[in-house]
Amino acid sequence: MKKICLTVVGMYIMFLHAFSQFSNDTSAYKSKTLKLDEVNIISSYYSQKADKSAVMGGRTDSKGIGDVTDFANGIDLRFVKWGNDKRKNTFDGGLGIDYHTAASQAYVDSNGHARNYGTRIYPTFDWTTENESKRTSFGLGAYYSAERHFYHSLGLNTSFSKKTNHNGEFGVKLSTYLDRIKMIIPSEFSSVDSANNSSSDSIVYVTTASGHVTEIIYRNGQQIGKSKNTTPSKPRNTFTAEFSFSQVINQRMQGSIVVDLVEQNGYLGLPFHRVYFNNGKDTIENLPSQRFKLPIGLRLNYFLGDNVILRSYYRFYIDNWGLKSNTVSLEVPIKLSPFFSVSPFYRYYQQTAAKYFAPYAVHSPDDQYYTSNYALAAFTSQSFGVGLRIAPPKGILTQNLKSLEVRYAHYTQTTDLVSNVISVDLSFR
Amino acid sequence: MTQAQNSLLKCAFAFLLSIIIISCSNVKAYQKSRINDAEMTLSNRKVEKNELNVQSYREGSSGANGGKTGGGCGCN
Repeated sequence: MKKICLTVVGMYIMFLHAFSQFSNDTSAYKSKTLKLDEVNIISSYYSQKADKSAVMGGRTDSKGIGDVTDFANGIDLRFVKWGNDKRKNTFDGGLGIDYHTAASQAYVDSNGHARNYGTRIYPTFDWTTENESKRTSFGLGAYYSAERHFYHSLGLNTSFSKKTNHNGEFGVKLSTYLDRIKMIIPSEFSSVDSANNSSSDSIVYVTTASGHVTEIIYRNGQQIGKSKNTTPSKPRNTFTAEFSFSQVINQRMQGSIVVDLVEQNGYLGLPFHRVYFNNGKDTIENLPSQRFKLPIGLRLNYFLGDNVILRSYYRFYIDNWGLKSNTVSLEVPIKLSPFFSVSPFYRYYQQTAAKYFAPYAVHSPDDQYYTSNYALAAFTSQSFGVGLRIAPPKGILTQNLKSLEVRYAHYTQTTDLVSNVISVDLSFR
Repeated sequence: MTQAQNSLLKCAFAFLLSIIIISCSNVKAYQKSRINDAEMTLSNRKVEKNELNVQSYREGSSGANGGKTGGGCGCN
């Protein structure tokens, strides 16, 4: 944690220093060499209070506490290079690192002694080439995310867009995420005691309090081998086709529509999510191996007068697990000066339950699929907060710190989950 | 969502769509000073990134907002 804090401060100083070597280019000259165009450093702190954790099958007692903290830091670098044929090539590289604690994670071990913290890293890379004369752009991207003991995720995407003659733009983006979920199961389901009762050839995986998994190999009931860190994993694949259209409606208004077609297959639950049946026994959640999702999003932004902007968003979502949701949000940036704005916002969200969800001790052992993960329960949530944006033409403190954005959000769910998040974005140019 | 809320939502959409259609006009490049304002962008702000990430894990739905539709440690 201390290392991460020092890294963030270090990155800030490094970029302040690096940009101080450049002079501002205000001419129309378009660099044909690769040029560092923009750097964003984004930090965020998230804190959550909740009960009914999925790890403890939605229990409401002290074992079901779902408190979470997350300290996320990321850096995005944008390089631009103009080609001889008036093509603009943009290269975006990013690296993020999160440090989180999760009270429920400790209960992967039935006594609550498992490691309750973790670190996630996620590098990204995107290349976009824009043909100004044809008004088209094409892009390729790659993404990787990993938390050593839980999963690895590789993402790939390609996109194409075309601007119309009437201030509109069509876009298509195809993405895939290829995940490997490590099968770390609650300790009571892989105890050494049950392994010793094995009378035939078998491999038993034992989850330790630290979150590591030990593989024990038995032949004719006798232990013949033991190795650490051989957690088995299962695949989860996500394929998305995103279609978008944006349009300038008049001098003050523009809007967009985005439709995603999403198909997921593979292991779609998490192996350490317990479910308690109505007969008192417990097991691991079991969900179908396929899910189709259809989210449709609409945005409409309107410049009201000279100082107020209305940013509105609506999303309808439906999937084949029976979950439907509606999201509405409104943000109102108020320009107190041309370079300083305050943006209060409000978001309302409502969803129906997935047909495989039931609370603690409600599922029957006869059910084919079952989960007590409250992310799939029926609930409404509300979020409100405020953002500040400062972007003076001569920079903040230094010419190269182009803008500073701070955003705070308070979030409540009717499942008794309450969270707060504060984020900062420093943009250098 | 009740039937009354559904009807209300449909009426609101129809009303909004009518306003949009009525107010359509051809906008020249030099008339886009407001449209090109940084606050008018049709995508999420970078500073919202972690907030959207958390929402996609804590809620059952995701997508159609420029963010992730799957992948990673959450169930979505």
